[in-house]
Amino acid sequence: MRYDSLLDSLGGTPLVGLPSLSPGSGVRLWAKLEERNPTGSVKDRPALFMVEQAEKEGQLQPGSVILEPTSGNTGIALAMIARLRGYRMVCVMPENTSAERRQLLEMYGAQIISSPAAGGSNEAVRVARQLAAEHPDWVMLYQYGNQANIQSHYETTGPELLADLPGITHFVAGLGTSGTIIGVGRYLREQVPGVQIVAAEPRYGDLVYGLRNMDEGFVPELYDESVLTSRISVSSPDALRRTRELLDAEGIFAGISSGCALHAALVVADRAVAAGQTAEIALVIADGGWKYLSTGAYGGTLEEAAARLEGQLWA
Amino acid sequence: MAVEVRIPTILRSYTGGAKSVEGSGGTLAELLADLDSRHGGLQERLVDEGGLRRFVNVYLNDEDVRFLGGLTTPVKDGDTVTVLPAVAGGRA
Repeated sequence: MRYDSLLDSLGGTPLVGLPSLSPGSGVRLWAKLEERNPTGSVKDRPALFMVEQAEKEGQLQPGSVILEPTSGNTGIALAMIARLRGYRMVCVMPENTSAERRQLLEMYGAQIISSPAAGGSNEAVRVARQLAAEHPDWVMLYQYGNQANIQSHYETTGPELLADLPGITHFVAGLGTSGTIIGVGRYLREQVPGVQIVAAEPRYGDLVYGLRNMDEGFVPELYDESVLTSRISVSSPDALRRTRELLDAEGIFAGISSGCALHAALVVADRAVAAGQTAEIALVIADGGWKYLSTGAYGGTLEEAAARLEGQLWA
Repeated sequence: MAVEVRIPTILRSYTGGAKSVEGSGGTLAELLADLDSRHGGLQERLVDEGGLRRFVNVYLNDEDVRFLGGLTTPVKDGDTVTVLPAVAGGRA
């Protein structure tokens, strides 16, 4: 297929069956390969939509500075787009995110400001808000609250999924900004009566939650409980085990959040089998495994890998 | 047998430092009331007049109870309940 530029090739990602992981007997799993996007993750979609929205509204002009709290993929996508369109990019990311992400961001010319590891993305959001207040001319697209994030999935990911899988019964995706699950979820709910929308939520070790005060938590502005059918918490060892199963059984080298989504999809699949129902379950492979090699997630035993991930943000 | 309840670091001051405690009850509300009888103040940190507090997430066997019935969610012996603070998710 031919496109005028890299950005024009965004989306239109393959939906591939997972014949070995599907329980069979009418319950089938399908994976949407979002690592086939220009910078290798699902985040290219919201990044482009957010930038184009800000351009339309006149917020972004040549030479503008884009500021974003991001643990990686959104930053990488924005940095690439910023480079092509002549903006400067500043990312605020937790100091415990992987080395590969930092190197990629630097190659695209982004400036990285580290936020404390404890508290994870919450802290990055807090630091970014502080910077935005200090630099009123910087443009914070703010993926956690930007409707263009949801819109990108409502207008592209959702329709692509339905076109490829008209009989879809379940959609499963990781829960981060909520953009993917709410955008696709809203679209599918309008089109497919009874479709189930299942969020797979990473559950980290104590270290990540350690300093969180129960009164100072964070729920993304985009989150809309009414779109979801259920929300499944997935531990690091389960996410790791499923990430390896994706590679072993289906040949898919995915990031750890995709293992998280697969785990939730298999929970749903088992329930359908137990209930004697048929199901067509689509899940999102958010990115490839390349950026996580240095986390040690892919080497040694599962126990060793899980121990190395303790305290890291793997999704 | 009882219900195992996993407690986040920030609330372990109520459980004498224990990572998990046991309780009983037919619903999540009854379970939390039972816990509060031994770990006074815990319930109030999790629940207000409107139900579960906004930044508190509670999972029954890994599933968010807000989608199961909230405080009226049935619990039974052998179940695991996990309490976590809401944090910004990843992959973002």
